[in-house]
Amino acid sequence: MTLAGDALAVEVNGVHKVFNIGRPNRIDALTDVQLQVAAGEFVSLIGPSGCGKSTLLRLIADLLEPTVGTVTVNGKSPRQARLDQDYGMAFQQAGLFEWRSVAKNIELPLELKGWDKAKRHARALEMLELVKLPDRADAMPWQLSGGQQQRIAIARALAAHPLLLLMDEPFGALDEMTREHMQAELLRICAATQTTVVFVTHSIPEAVYLSDRVVVMSPGPGRITSIIPVGLDRSRDEGTREATQFYDKITEVREALRGNVANATDELSGIEDR
Amino acid sequence: MNKRVVNKRVVNKRVVRIGRLRPFAFGVLALALLLAAWEAYRNWVGPWLGTERDVGKVLGFKLLPRANDLAMPSVFDMGREFGKPEIRGSSTSVFEAVVAHTFNSLKLAVAALILGTIVGIGAAILMARFRVVQRGLMPYLVISQTIPLIALAPLTVTWGGEISIFGFEWQKWTSALVLGAFLSFFPIAVGALRGFNSPDPASLELMDSYAASWWSTWRKLRLPAAIPYLAPAMRLAGSAAVFGVIVSELSGGLTNGVGYLILAYLQEGTSRPAKVFTAVAGTVVLGLLMATLINAADRYFTRNRPRGEFS
Ligand SMILES: Nc1ncnc2c1ncn2[C@@H]1O[C@H](COP(=O)(O)OP(=O)(O)OP(=O)(O)O)[C@@H](O)[C@H]1O
Ligand SMILES: [Mg+2]
Repeated sequence: MTLAGDALAVEVNGVHKVFNIGRPNRIDALTDVQLQVAAGEFVSLIGPSGCGKSTLLRLIADLLEPTVGTVTVNGKSPRQARLDQDYGMAFQQAGLFEWRSVAKNIELPLELKGWDKAKRHARALEMLELVKLPDRADAMPWQLSGGQQQRIAIARALAAHPLLLLMDEPFGALDEMTREHMQAELLRICAATQTTVVFVTHSIPEAVYLSDRVVVMSPGPGRITSIIPVGLDRSRDEGTREATQFYDKITEVREALRGNVANATDELSGIEDR
Repeated sequence: MNKRVVNKRVVNKRVVRIGRLRPFAFGVLALALLLAAWEAYRNWVGPWLGTERDVGKVLGFKLLPRANDLAMPSVFDMGREFGKPEIRGSSTSVFEAVVAHTFNSLKLAVAALILGTIVGIGAAILMARFRVVQRGLMPYLVISQTIPLIALAPLTVTWGGEISIFGFEWQKWTSALVLGAFLSFFPIAVGALRGFNSPDPASLELMDSYAASWWSTWRKLRLPAAIPYLAPAMRLAGSAAVFGVIVSELSGGLTNGVGYLILAYLQEGTSRPAKVFTAVAGTVVLGLLMATLINAADRYFTRNRPRGEFS
């Protein structure tokens, strides 16, 4: 576990993102965003709906370009990082291709990277082992439960050995039990593969449980209002969820979010206290 | 554990088999009802109304056909026609002739469908790839469907032997092929275009995140996503191809195919009135065969898809 301060996985420098520029429905999705994520670090983005979390993630993924400012991923431009498939992505919806078997879904990024067939399949089986679904390789996605599909999507995101994992509310559609289970799995997988993670969530406990740092954002215009180091032990287990320090951090993040509401025009929508 | 898997397979297979037979069974039932109605009219309803000699009138309109052997030959006479020699003293039976000509038309219709599918999918790819092409081509596609192209059939048939493209002589059957292809091309192009544009933004974004090229995205996402849209398009295109081929054959010039056979047998109307209906039966079989082929292809290509969404 190298948390070397000099190796930056993501660097966001003075970024502004404006949608519909020059039109009456212009939106300042992000203003003056400054964020550094160290290699191997787990960072969560939390904030009310519309504060620009997904937009920030898309900027890092080069699915959008900043209006002003620069983004660097693994010391390269996001475009280069995307072309090199440096990152894997997972969304709220698993988004598996229904015509592909589970194994073939995991192999998709590998196919596009030009891996040969045997190597691809071996890797898919390895990933299925990792997400604890080793005997579902030949199943079709629609034969799996929502939580299982989500695990396949995470396996797909991790298949090509990405240095960076970008996740947009990946557990949003899951029930509480599956969700806690998946959180533990994700921490285990990331520890095993030393992956850097930028994780968007609406849940305060989820953010605190998973992260090294929680980035609190606020809408209108979208911006980062505070960055809270969690400072819990890296090896988290079910006991962590009962620790007083865990509750203290939850309170701290909640208060940071409340502080936003006082001067934000939007109401505190979509934040879960669970 | 093994046993359970085997059992599951058996159950699945049975479900599939019933599912496959049901439309066919309904088709046979519908046909049987039609024939029964025909027989009932000519044998009982017609005589009771007194329309054996003259057309029946409904509210002053001449509406009901004569219930005699010339206008409405008995279904059983039609059946017997199949066993008779085609012309007196000929060694081929009507049945053999109808089968041969129907098979010929089927070949032509399948070729027309394949040609229409290739061109239709090609056009859809261009339209999905370049918005300019879509904007430029779509109006022509729509116009091409509003004019009754079938009226051109007799004209295109006369091109036989007069046009030569790169050494390829325009044959009379080429007209039938081209017309069938032209009619089947439109539903394919429209269905494929809708299918190619059907993936949700998240899936497209996923392919973008892999830095996939447009072609990779097409092959791995857009094309497989279009398959469920192509199945109903193929059904429309299949009947359009059959329609185009038969009408071309009917419009004269051709000496082969079940459409030609209808014309030929009609000439003998007075001497053997039931004979033409053997050729009509050939067209019915032709349509059914085409539908069966397309259904089989559909089943094959969607064998791994979740059921019950589109069918
Ligand atoms: N493609 C786009 N075009 C125009 N406006 C956009 C676009 N994408 C996002 N926006 C706007 O930018 C703002 C931030 O959107 P974003 O999706 O980043 O919010 P979010 O924090 O992810 O919200 P949520 O929690 O609801 O997912 C919103 O006001 C949204 O309407
Ligand atoms: Mg979002």
